[in-house]
Amino acid sequence: MNEIPISYFLVLSAILFGLGVLAFVFKRNIITVFMAIELMLNAVNLAFVAFDRARGGPHDGWVFVFFVIVVAAAEAAVGLAIAITVVHNRQSLNIERVNLLKF
Amino acid sequence: MTLPIILFFVFAAIAVIGALMMIFFREPIHSALALILVMVALAVLYLLLGAEFIAAVQIIVYAGAVMVLFVFVIMLLNAGEEERTNISKLAHYVGWPLGIFLTVELVYWMLRAPIGARATTATIAPGDPTRDLSMLLFRSYLFPFEITSILILIALIGALVLAKRDS
Repeated sequence: MNEIPISYFLVLSAILFGLGVLAFVFKRNIITVFMAIELMLNAVNLAFVAFDRARGGPHDGWVFVFFVIVVAAAEAAVGLAIAITVVHNRQSLNIERVNLLKF
Repeated sequence: MTLPIILFFVFAAIAVIGALMMIFFREPIHSALALILVMVALAVLYLLLGAEFIAAVQIIVYAGAVMVLFVFVIMLLNAGEEERTNISKLAHYVGWPLGIFLTVELVYWMLRAPIGARATTATIAPGDPTRDLSMLLFRSYLFPFEITSILILIALIGALVLAKRDS
């Protein structure tokens, strides 16, 4: 039978989220920064599914995972459209070139 | 060590290594492929947690649709190797330790979570889980579900407006 402690999944989720934060802060490419956001959303989804499993009852956790996936898909579509616009205006994918609002 | 535990560690290792590869590869296309690896490994973990529907959606929507969109945009923009910019000293000496500290703290609190001691066998709801999910989604959460369709419509229009090259 399936007897993995829930905490294993939670720790894996925390590690993936931390790696996503590091990637978000240290990557210099717009598209890789979006991928870091996707990694963080995936880590949160894993925590949702694990908590849902621990709770047992009605699978409300899965519904939240479903909504997170929907929002992530919408965010990826709009974000990549913004990336295309930025590249057309700046001729570069480097986020450090996008500094008009930088103090 | 039973089979589920071994499977968990194998795919957890694949997920973490994939995430590290995503950070350390400098070509965006390699990062995207590493992220697909992470997503497929996570789908297997969802199966271990008994969430078949979520595992299928993970493969179809994330590894399938979203990452194809990423790869498509990388190809479209001809994104080459990431530029090395000299990041500030502050980011270099404070950023990494703070990021690692955040991770360690998250791991600590996740280990302290009282719910974490339960095993995946502890509670198995009777019945068909995917049927329960559809009941929840189309009864209790019907309004948010309909709202998401408007969200997607707005995202579609927004992406069109942003990406359109007006003369």
